Amino acid sequence: MVKEFINEIHAITTKPWTLMEICGGQTHSLVRNGILEMLPDKITMVHGPGCPVCVTSVSIIDEAVFLSEQPDTILCSFGDMLRVPGSKKSLLEAKAAGADIRILYSPLEAVQIALNNPDKQVVFFAVGFETTAPANALSVVQADKMGLNNFSILASHVLVPPAMEAILSDKDNKIDAFLAAGHVCTIMGIGEYFPVAAKYQCPIVVTGFEPVDLLQGILMAVRQLEKGEFTVENQYARNVKREGNQMAQDTIHEVFGISDRIWRGIGNIPQSGYEVNERYKKFNARVKFNIDIPFAEENKECISGDIMKGLKKPKQCPNFGTKCRPEHPLGAPMVSSEGACAAYYQYANTDTVLA
Amino acid sequence: MCLAIPGKIIAITAQLDDTFRTARVSFGGIQKEINLCMIPDAAIGDYVMVHVGVAISKVDEVEAAKIFSYLKDMGEVGELESFS
Repeated sequence: MVKEFINEIHAITTKPWTLMEICGGQTHSLVRNGILEMLPDKITMVHGPGCPVCVTSVSIIDEAVFLSEQPDTILCSFGDMLRVPGSKKSLLEAKAAGADIRILYSPLEAVQIALNNPDKQVVFFAVGFETTAPANALSVVQADKMGLNNFSILASHVLVPPAMEAILSDKDNKIDAFLAAGHVCTIMGIGEYFPVAAKYQCPIVVTGFEPVDLLQGILMAVRQLEKGEFTVENQYARNVKREGNQMAQDTIHEVFGISDRIWRGIGNIPQSGYEVNERYKKFNARVKFNIDIPFAEENKECISGDIMKGLKKPKQCPNFGTKCRPEHPLGAPMVSSEGACAAYYQYANTDTVLA
Repeated sequence: MCLAIPGKIIAITAQLDDTFRTARVSFGGIQKEINLCMIPDAAIGDYVMVHVGVAISKVDEVEAAKIFSYLKDMGEVGELESFS
């Protein structure tokens, strides 16, 4: 199957095309499995902003650090977030200095911690794309049902379609087609991508993350480009229903409203995030703790914005692998295994492709 | 962290109301307590895709095995082991 797809991609490609895969899991798979080397020279894969760890802004890390330093407070987070640099320190540094920060597998565990620690405030650092939103929303619903007054979340949710639009409307945009993220669409369905494909005349193929999925997704996108078509196709139909998961969407809409969101390296994208809505505001850590933290600039030495917009490759950064390494990241794309910089750093064979 | 991992439902462990159910789910032998709210029709023996403690879709057994072995190769199931 893999070979057939590669042969067909080579056979049909006549012009140079630039494709962006949205999801960090897809980036990891492309780099790790050597797929970039199998593609025709005319096809360039650009690694998109689909890593929630990578796009969380410095200011939000500062908010999380602030919360972790409040008295009698337990801050709970997914593990990947701990090494992301804030403007002064990371959560890992706050933890080393004595803050009670706990790494969890699920936001629902944070609700349990709140139940077991009635004399503490428990805050869950709720990052993620649409895939993670139902679980984070469910934690609030559950805490509400249990009548908990000591649980809240710091929402740092980001949404894929507005990010695609921000990338496509950038004056330097080079992206001809997108591979959309399979698991995001398992939740949200594929309907919201049709207006984006039509408005920007850009093919969008919802794609899985195994090598054979990625190659088929690339083939479907290139086929559309070569024919001058631009529609939404679903390569990952075995896991993505057109309408998504309605229960999950209902849970999201129960708890969250759409808000503006600042993306690390990209800046503010209007209507590109979720925030806890009015009905559940007692579970919103920003309201509860009256957070008022000055806006913090991104580290100027990190070119994550250009990387996530696809304008530069990790190796074009002067600090790649020298001042910026996974154990000492200047910016977030070097932190998570799904970040473009970390993926390139981890798999040395990509050096030859990029040299 | 955005990937979902397939597992098999071994037992329904709690049912608080019509939709609020939890289950014991086995991920290649590692068992975890998983919320089934988003998949009301999931039953014992079904395979489900699980993301941060919540089942988000059903998959068939063959697909589940294929995805699990792929994720294992990619080093993506470590997040389960470190918290079990």
